[in-house]
Amino acid sequence: MLISKSITIQMQKLFLTLSSLLLLFLSGQAQNSDKPKLPSVNVKNLKGQIVTTSKFGNDGNPFVINFWATWCKPCVLELNTINEVYDDWKEETKVKIIAISIDDARNSAKVAPFVNGKSWDYEVYIDENGDLKRALNVTNVPHTFLFNGKGELVWQHNAYSPGDEDELLAQIRKISPKK
Amino acid sequence: MKNYNHCLQKSGAISIFVAFFFCLFLTGRAQDTTLIPDKLDLGSLSGSFQVDAQNYFQDSLIGTPNFPQKIGMNGFMNLYYTRGNFSAGVRYEAYLPTLQGFVRNTGSGIPYRFARYRNDKLDITLGNFYEQFGSGMIFRSYEAWGLGFDNVMDGASVKLTGLKGVVLKGIIGRQRNAFSNNTENQSEGLVRGADGEVLLNDLLGFSKYVGTQMRIGASVVSRYQKDTDPVYVLPENVAAFAGRAQVSNQHFNFYAEGAYKINDPSTVNNRIYKPGTGLFVQGGYFEKGLGISISAKRIDNMDYRSERSATFNNLMLNFLPPMTKQHSYRLATLFPYATQANGELGFQGEVSYKIPKKTSLGGKYGTGIAFNYSNIHGLERTHNTSDSLMGYTTTFFGVSDHIYYEEINLEITKTFSKKFKGSMMLMNVTYNKDLFKQLTGFFTTSEVHSFISIVDMSYKIKPKQTLRTELQHAYTKNEFGSWAMALVEYTFAPHWFIAAFDEYNYGNYKDELQIHYFTGQAGFLWESFRVTAGYGRQRAGVICVGGVCRNVPASNGFQVSVSGTF
Repeated sequence: MLISKSITIQMQKLFLTLSSLLLLFLSGQAQNSDKPKLPSVNVKNLKGQIVTTSKFGNDGNPFVINFWATWCKPCVLELNTINEVYDDWKEETKVKIIAISIDDARNSAKVAPFVNGKSWDYEVYIDENGDLKRALNVTNVPHTFLFNGKGELVWQHNAYSPGDEDELLAQIRKISPKK
Repeated sequence: MKNYNHCLQKSGAISIFVAFFFCLFLTGRAQDTTLIPDKLDLGSLSGSFQVDAQNYFQDSLIGTPNFPQKIGMNGFMNLYYTRGNFSAGVRYEAYLPTLQGFVRNTGSGIPYRFARYRNDKLDITLGNFYEQFGSGMIFRSYEAWGLGFDNVMDGASVKLTGLKGVVLKGIIGRQRNAFSNNTENQSEGLVRGADGEVLLNDLLGFSKYVGTQMRIGASVVSRYQKDTDPVYVLPENVAAFAGRAQVSNQHFNFYAEGAYKINDPSTVNNRIYKPGTGLFVQGGYFEKGLGISISAKRIDNMDYRSERSATFNNLMLNFLPPMTKQHSYRLATLFPYATQANGELGFQGEVSYKIPKKTSLGGKYGTGIAFNYSNIHGLERTHNTSDSLMGYTTTFFGVSDHIYYEEINLEITKTFSKKFKGSMMLMNVTYNKDLFKQLTGFFTTSEVHSFISIVDMSYKIKPKQTLRTELQHAYTKNEFGSWAMALVEYTFAPHWFIAAFDEYNYGNYKDELQIHYFTGQAGFLWESFRVTAGYGRQRAGVICVGGVCRNVPASNGFQVSVSGTF
């Protein structure tokens, strides 16, 4: 393996930083067995009311937070696909899906007509300036987070390809109350 | 907090935050022996990262500029720490060197760091912050990594939510310069602002009785920049005011916002002393299966920045979104419209409807229909002959003869069976190409007409294997002529995908410019981590491949991208 002499000082710093932070993160994990919880951020519901995410929950049942946007084709495909089976999922696992739109002022006023036009049954909120998106470290949409009944983050997934909804259901089943 | 002092001595930006987190960790451990709690709360650390690397081949056909380093890389890592009501974060960015299409200077640094405390009455951030007042008409600070856009503020932001139904915000700071990759060279202008929003239902106590929400808000922003002009007296404090009202319930929403900016001679508006005005109105009706939205916007001289001489996407204080549909299909993004802050009058209407399932038109699963119409004109200007420093005058509804943009768009989505889904889009675009070669918005009539048709189909071969294909065509009489595009994508859910796509400018009036923009890409995804690699020539814009949509710059060569959230 060749290591070029021309690796810049910035590259070395970056490598050092990344490895020390990785160690810190791993050691932090070993010390603290608490899984991260949903951060407390303000988002707006479709009526324009401000809602704090710390109030998100599903009465002790698992819930999913899915980031999407009206212009993101894979996001809309994912939410359309799950919508067709959402009633079955709810009956089996009691899961609730919360769809957070990252549409900014260009499209945020159109989210309510859009969601109704697609007949979606989800709880939809708008994160207009990306505050929740940043707090959950989302880089691309769609991005899905699964929280258990205690509000702890247990699984997350980026991107959507047909068939991914089966994996999401499998993860939900793992943590949902047994019938 | 006294045991942190030895940690804060400067030894380089990176050492600071590594040391900070290490001390936090050590202090946490030290407390262990004195308090002996049952469960030690160390807080939680999370973050994300993305590294995009690209190698550049000289491509004389598409006229790539010389790239002596041969390989470019843009990368960032975000770290976010929370413990109870306290949170802090840092972002490290590296451009070694900057990818083509991004304006940042080559280098690396920390352009984003903050500490924040929040409870149910107060939310205060020191350091870098993002914020938006209303719809952003006079103030919006945000970031979009894929576009290379980040106008983050650096200073202080306070939010008060103690009184039920009332949200008060105050901000002060300087803005990030588009070229900078650290906190140096921030805007010369100092920005101050305040915003108040009231939910009338809560404040006046009639929440329980009325399902309709009514809110009003007002904001003021002011920029201070010293006047060093030898000839003209330039205003040092330039203020902008905005007021808004919103009414919404389960079936109906209405939003209106008006803004006024005092005299602001700048490079973008040709140094005129005319004040600026903006008005945005939107109304929507929706019920299950149907959504209708109509909006209108009038902007006159509303470019507002934290420095008078800033141009392009640098140091923008406000956000004036285009009144056009945001597209993700490749050929639909051939003619992207950008709001003409110097003056435009736009109108947009949208209807989306789902034909119910089990009807003859809807089929077994229902059919989705979406229709969109956008129309934008420039304002009719009358040159102000009595006072040329005031520029021009306009009437409220007066528009120029020249159309800026018009689009009629119809999209149909249908699930044919459990295995086969498809959608089709037809759009007719009229686009004023000369608009985008001028800074000031004075125009000539060079209209481009294009009729674009797109078919997108996906077939589930096996439960975990899907084949998706897109066929697109843009019939264009002028500009660069017609284009055709084809894409094939194969996914092995949930981890793998492979795709190939080609955009072919077959109609170009110059034979040698009839080129293929061909790219092959493959990727591996695991939970929230993603690695993709590709090769080929790509046109700049949004690309939706492998399950995500990303903005990419123009390129020719190998690309590798690694991203994740942890």
